[in-house]
Amino acid sequence: MKNLFYWMSIMLFTAGVVGCSATAPVEQGEVSTPSARGAADQLEGRGMVRDDASRGKALDEGSLLSRTTIYFAFDSSEIAPEFRDLLRAHGKYLASHPEIRITIEGHTDERGSREYNLALGERRAYAVRQLLMLQGVAPNQLEVISFGEERPAAFEHDESAWRLNRRAVLRYPGR
Amino acid sequence: MKSRRQFSVLRALLLCCCLFAAGAAHGVLTIEITQGVRGAMPIAIVPFGWSAPSTPPERMASIIGADLARSGYFAPLAEADLPSRPHEAAAVRFPDWRMVRVDNLVIGSLQLLGPDSYQVKFHLFDVYKGKSLAGYSFRTNRQGLRRVAHQISDIIYEKLTGRKGVFSTSIAYVTAIRKGNSFSYALSVADADGYNEQVILDAPQPLMSPAWSPDGQRLAYVSFETGRSAIYIQDVGTAKRTRVASFKGINSAPAWSPDGRKLAFTSSKNGNADIYVLDLGSRKVTRITTSRAIDTEAAWSPDGGSIVFTSDRGGSPQIYQVSIGPSGPTGRPRRVTYEGSYNARASFSPDGSKLVMVHGDRGRFQIAVLELKSGQLTIVADTRLGESPTFSPNGDMVLYANEVKGRGVLEVASVDSRSHQRLRFARGDVREPAWSPMP
Repeated sequence: MKNLFYWMSIMLFTAGVVGCSATAPVEQGEVSTPSARGAADQLEGRGMVRDDASRGKALDEGSLLSRTTIYFAFDSSEIAPEFRDLLRAHGKYLASHPEIRITIEGHTDERGSREYNLALGERRAYAVRQLLMLQGVAPNQLEVISFGEERPAAFEHDESAWRLNRRAVLRYPGR
Repeated sequence: MKSRRQFSVLRALLLCCCLFAAGAAHGVLTIEITQGVRGAMPIAIVPFGWSAPSTPPERMASIIGADLARSGYFAPLAEADLPSRPHEAAAVRFPDWRMVRVDNLVIGSLQLLGPDSYQVKFHLFDVYKGKSLAGYSFRTNRQGLRRVAHQISDIIYEKLTGRKGVFSTSIAYVTAIRKGNSFSYALSVADADGYNEQVILDAPQPLMSPAWSPDGQRLAYVSFETGRSAIYIQDVGTAKRTRVASFKGINSAPAWSPDGRKLAFTSSKNGNADIYVLDLGSRKVTRITTSRAIDTEAAWSPDGGSIVFTSDRGGSPQIYQVSIGPSGPTGRPRRVTYEGSYNARASFSPDGSKLVMVHGDRGRFQIAVLELKSGQLTIVADTRLGESPTFSPNGDMVLYANEVKGRGVLEVASVDSRSHQRLRFARGDVREPAWSPMP
């Protein structure tokens, strides 16, 4: 299971890079439409997502930093133990690079009501922000944005898709 | 039931032909009756007379029949079971209609008066008393024929139930259309049966939560066009739009006060999602809730004296109610729902006696109505992923979004849950319906 999450994260992250590169940079507050969509579409096309060349250069390849997605249980914003190392690594990296500002996106699955999910997505993003700040990351390095259930990463209407959609995503500038 | 379904398919095919012939951009392709009506009033609606040799420009009887069936109070006789097809009062033989056990009979005719000018006549009869209950004549153009059919439905509904019909009202909704790697979004307004769709806003970013102003002239909604959620108000007629809330954090779930002067909404500008009220005249913002939990999805009581909202302050999303005075809340929020693990997105019936909401229980998200006085909760639609329920402006029906075979659709259930209909739209995922007030 952990392995699957690992590859999913890589795929989502890489797809995010491809999706974002064609549009406005994240730090301007413009979160590009194709990023999340691109991720889901490219989940189907496996040949493309292992393209290491398009991965960001600031992040260590194959390290915890290449994983940028944290998954959640239904209606929960609690960060599972398996994602703590990942967030610790990002926290240390960001604390030592105070010039880097990232956006934390919060997302939910489609179940329940849309407006509640918008608030739940925000709470997930804030939970991630809290953990990063414990590592010494400055608040102004971390922007929080929620999309609720409006930008799913997977489009099916069952648990296999839902667990990929209940997520927070760390978006580094230009990626 | 089977014959009605076949009739429905046939009608859909015929409608498709009409669509191509007219080249019109209708939103709905078919209306499918997903659950028949038990104990509803049997009524016969004879296809309207049409003198010209061509096919009639609009199937008036089908539109009226679908309207009445959608209410749950009427069971229109299948076309194949009609004993005869009179178009004028003089040709009606009441014993024939008593034989097929209908209480009421609707007949009518459509006549071409000149270029793009039509006369529509109809009569409503009480079959057992053998007398006319209503008779009207309308003059309209090709474009107005569906509207006239809905007006006829309203007249029939009011004559036979004593309550106002809502068939001439409008619905607003959001459509998400997937194009390869990305989505586009549209905010549309259509007739209450889903026809005559008009897109009032196209957006490359998500749109959410349309809400009608009490005068039916404006829509408040959420748009992500700046990259994050903000609340806008758009005049439906002039398309003029204004951004009214774009605070730090989320801005969502706009809800008009009954007098149209205030907008309740959700903001997380102070750290987490709380309910605020924006005075649209003075632009003053008043905070209504202060909990550390998620508070969202405000809806006003019809008397304007209280707001219900969703909060997970008790551990899971439930509905709470708080009294509102001119300067803010006048008491502590009180929990309203206790049944089920998840209750959200509540709104009042027009008479204030009921709430309709998303009711989550054992993994299903159904549409439920709560009778406030008795506390009795009734499932009106047993959906797996039901969303965004709203009462019709007469309180007899509930419109909501559902997911069917991977696609977002709108469905209508009668409040007594006897009838269910699905509006099948021509394109995209359709969601977040909002029913306009009475014209």
